[in-house]
Amino acid sequence: MNDKKVIWKRKPLIKNRLLRIGLILLISTYLLSVFLTTEIDWQRILEGIPRGKNFIFAFFPPDFITRSDEILAGIFESLWMTIVATIVGILISIPVSLGAAKNIAPKFVYFLSRGVITLSRSFQEVILAIFFVKLMGFGPFAGMVTLSLSTIGFFAKLLSEDIEDINKSQAEAIKSTGSSWFQWVNYGVQPQVMPRFIGLSLYRLDINFRESAVIGIVGGGGIGSTLNTAFDRYEFETAAAVLIVIISIVMIVEYTSSHLRKLIK
Amino acid sequence: MLKTINLKKVYPNGEEALKGINLEIPNGQVVALIGPSGAGKSTFIRTINRLVEPTSGKVYFANKKNDITSLNKSKLRKIRRQIGMIFQEFALVERLSVMENVLSGRLGYVGFWNSFFRKFPQKDIEEAFRLLQRIGLEHMLDKRADELSGGQRQRVGIARALIQNPMLLLVDEPTASLDPKNSRQIMRLICELCKERNLAAIINIHDVFLAQNFAERIIGLKAGEIVYDGKPSGLSETILTKIYGEEDWSKNVAN
Repeated sequence: MNDKKVIWKRKPLIKNRLLRIGLILLISTYLLSVFLTTEIDWQRILEGIPRGKNFIFAFFPPDFITRSDEILAGIFESLWMTIVATIVGILISIPVSLGAAKNIAPKFVYFLSRGVITLSRSFQEVILAIFFVKLMGFGPFAGMVTLSLSTIGFFAKLLSEDIEDINKSQAEAIKSTGSSWFQWVNYGVQPQVMPRFIGLSLYRLDINFRESAVIGIVGGGGIGSTLNTAFDRYEFETAAAVLIVIISIVMIVEYTSSHLRKLIK
Repeated sequence: MLKTINLKKVYPNGEEALKGINLEIPNGQVVALIGPSGAGKSTFIRTINRLVEPTSGKVYFANKKNDITSLNKSKLRKIRRQIGMIFQEFALVERLSVMENVLSGRLGYVGFWNSFFRKFPQKDIEEAFRLLQRIGLEHMLDKRADELSGGQRQRVGIARALIQNPMLLLVDEPTASLDPKNSRQIMRLICELCKERNLAAIINIHDVFLAQNFAERIIGLKAGEIVYDGKPSGLSETILTKIYGEEDWSKNVAN
C-alpha cells in the first residue's frame, strides 16, 4: 500500500499568485467605491410612485378610434419602410457578402467589404436615423435609408460567414467544368447558402419592423411617429392603442418568421 | 495526348507535394495512379487543370502547342471544358437537382443568363437525358442530389463529367466512400465509358486490387515522385513495398 496521500487542487485561472491577488483586490476596491458613491434619493422615488401610478392609469382604456386614421397610416408607413429597406439592404448586401468572404474574394476586395460592414455596424440605428432625418427631413424616407444601411452590416456579415463555410469540393467541381466566375457563384456557392439567405432575410424583416417603430420616435416616420405625436398631445389612450398595435404586429412578424425559418432545409 | 514536364508543386507551408513529374499519356489510355495518402495524387491531377496552380513545369494537352500553365483565364476555361473531373465523395451540388448537376457540366459552353435561368440548348438537355439513361437514373432527374445513395451520386458525377464531352478524365478516389460492390460497378462503368468514347483517364485510387483489375497502366507515386510506371501485372511485392512501405503484400500480388 502507498501511504502517501495524493493531493490534488484545481489549477487557478491566473498562475501568478501576486497578479491574482492584486487583481482581486483592485476589482473589489473599485466595486466597493462605486457602491459607496452611488447616491440614491429615496425622497424622489417615493414621490415618483403615485405619479407613475397616474401615468399608467392614464393609458386605460386604450383608444383605437379617435386617431384611427393616423394609426393606420403609421402602420402602413412602417410596413412600407420595413419591406423596402429589407429588399434594398439585401440587394446591396449580396455583392458585399461575396466580397467579404475570405475564400472567394481577393485580399483587396475583402478588406474593402469588411470595411463597409464594420462601418455599417458601428452606427446604431437611432444614431443613423437622427443623422438622416437632419439630412433629408422628417418622414419615412429617412427611416428607410437608415434601415437599409443597417441591414447591410447585419446581413452581409452573417451571409459572408456562411459563404466561408461552404463545402469546398462542390464549388471546386463546378469550377472544373470551365464555368465563368458568375456561373461558379450561381451553381457552386448560391445553392449552398440559400437556406441561410432566406432565413436571414426573414429574420432581418422582423428586426427592421421593430426598429422602424423606434426610428419613428426620432423623426423617421411610421408608427413610431404616431406614438410620439400621441405622447406629445398627452393622448395617453391613443398611445396605449399604438403600443398594443406595435406589440401585436411584432409578435405576428416574429412568430411567422421563426416558423418559416424552421421550415427551410 | 497529355504530357507533363517536370511538374512541381510546393505549397506555401513549404511542403513539396510534387517533385517534378514527367508523364505522357496516349489517347484512350486508362491509368491508375496509386500511392499512400499524402503522396501527391490529388495535387497531381489538380495541377493539370490548374485547380491547384503548379509551382513550375509544363503541361501539354491535346497535342496543342500551348502549355496549360501559361494560359490566361479565358483560355484556361476552354481547356477545363475538355477535361472532365470525377471526385471523391462525389462533390455534387447537394441542393441542386440531378438534372441541374448533370447540366452544370455544360456551363463552360453557355452564357451566364442562360445558365442562370436554366435555359440550356435542347441538344444538351437531350444528351443529359441520354447519359442519365445510360447510368440508369433517368427516373431520378428531378430529385435533389442529396436524396440519392452513394453509388447513384457517383453515377451522376460521372454523367456530369461526360456531358462536357471531354478528351481526358481526371478521377480522384472515385470509390473512397463506396462499398466494395458499388466500387467495382463504378470502376467498371468508368472504364467502359472510356473505351466507348476513346477517353483517356487518370484515376487516383488507393485500392491496389481495383487498380490492377481495371487499369491498363499503373503509376506508383511516393512522396511526390514516380516510383513505378508499368503494367498491372508488374506490381511485385518489392514494388509495392517501394510504394507503400514494408508490409505483407503476398496476397495482393497478381499472379
